Amino acid sequence: MGEFDSSLAYLLPWEFSPSWTLACLAGAGLYVRGLLHRRHCGLHEGFWRPFAFFLGIVAIYTVSQTHFDYLAQYMFFVHRGQHLVLHHLAPFLIALSAPLAILTAGIPHRVRNLPTVTFAAQMLKPGYRLLQQPVIAPLLFVGLIYFWLIPQVHFDAMLSHRLYQLMNWSMLVDGLLFWWLILDSRSPASGGLSYGVRITLLLAVVPPQMLLGAYLTFSHNVLFDVYAVCGRAWPLAPLTDQRLGGLITWIPATMMSVLAVLIIIGRLLGKRSSMYRYG
Amino acid sequence: MGNAMYKTGCKTALLSGMLWLVGCSDPSWQTKDISELMPPLEFELVDEEARSVTEADYAGDVTLLFFGFTHCPHICPATLTNLAAISQELGEEAQNDLRVLFVSVDPERDDPATLREYTDAFGPEFTGLTSDEEALQALTRRYRVTYGYGEKDEAGNYDVSHSNAVFAFGRDGDAQLLIREDDPKEAVMADLSRLLAQ
Repeated sequence: MGEFDSSLAYLLPWEFSPSWTLACLAGAGLYVRGLLHRRHCGLHEGFWRPFAFFLGIVAIYTVSQTHFDYLAQYMFFVHRGQHLVLHHLAPFLIALSAPLAILTAGIPHRVRNLPTVTFAAQMLKPGYRLLQQPVIAPLLFVGLIYFWLIPQVHFDAMLSHRLYQLMNWSMLVDGLLFWWLILDSRSPASGGLSYGVRITLLLAVVPPQMLLGAYLTFSHNVLFDVYAVCGRAWPLAPLTDQRLGGLITWIPATMMSVLAVLIIIGRLLGKRSSMYRYG
Repeated sequence: MGNAMYKTGCKTALLSGMLWLVGCSDPSWQTKDISELMPPLEFELVDEEARSVTEADYAGDVTLLFFGFTHCPHICPATLTNLAAISQELGEEAQNDLRVLFVSVDPERDDPATLREYTDAFGPEFTGLTSDEEALQALTRRYRVTYGYGEKDEAGNYDVSHSNAVFAFGRDGDAQLLIREDDPKEAVMADLSRLLAQ
């Protein structure tokens, strides 16, 4: 019983945040509602798309609202793992699942038609378009990783609850924007970005991440003293912690780009073969 | 026109955000200003006489808060020795208004008597505090610090990871400074003098 209780404690939030919990619940709730609504209309989504969506939501919840968040606050390499999930893995899965139609179907009619909702959507549209410009999106994607790793900024972010929340939310939102642009299920003919531009963007964000990851991995100085100032979750040599963090920033993060390039090439080949098939 | 205005708005918002982020601290302090980052002093612990104490027991003093353990081989003795030297150099009047709270995060080995013996070596302004895990976690979580225990060796000794910084609170209990291990002694002296004069 004691062991069960202590295991359960690892699943509970270290710092309960209504915003993370509500966002995850609202996302999952709308998606389930949308799935049911569409099924009622005879539209079946299969297994993989809902699976990818829910895996993304569960990943976000796990790194933000379980004991993982505690470790992310007190170990640099776990923090890098948290941002890998928030900025790369979870948004990648969510964008890959192309959930817009299902989420829209999940919004109750009376909410969808509320004037405030329509007004808010109109207000956000120009900002969204600006951030999704092919020049701005990769700059923002890489710039945010660098920004939160400026030692002084990182120090304040780990010390202040408010800045910590802002940092994590900014990573998630930017991750969703970037991977949404890249993995947009619309073809270029239907309004999506051209496949060549998508591949260029994916390749453009690789070198800066590799450079940063390698710098963290091979640096002989401890760059982030906040983990010594605040204490580590367990005794671990600071440089080992930093090197592990560097490897996470370097290898899996850049592998996500490679994976996305393969997906885009797959779509491109799929389009070509269908063109040949149908003349 | 609307688009240009929107872009200007976005740039202004971005710049304001950057200024808000970097403008959190007062640059005239020589050590790290945490007045906008950390909450006021608040705790419920047990002192060297095994009495329950709270922050109210030290109200009116400039309080320095440091987390450690008496078996610490390096950081704790070095930090407390530095603070004792600084306190002495600040003078007798300042010493009377300065309180150093050494919070042990190793209650298994640091009972009140052990803490009293340990802090007595540094001076009368040093007070040892500890408590059970729940109270220690509440306090460390409040100041976003943590601690952890290493594996026990054959003799039962173990390492404890803990914060190496000193948190300084003004006479009203508001958080003001974070003093790091490598902050120059002159900078710490200057900031503590200023804090004591407030």
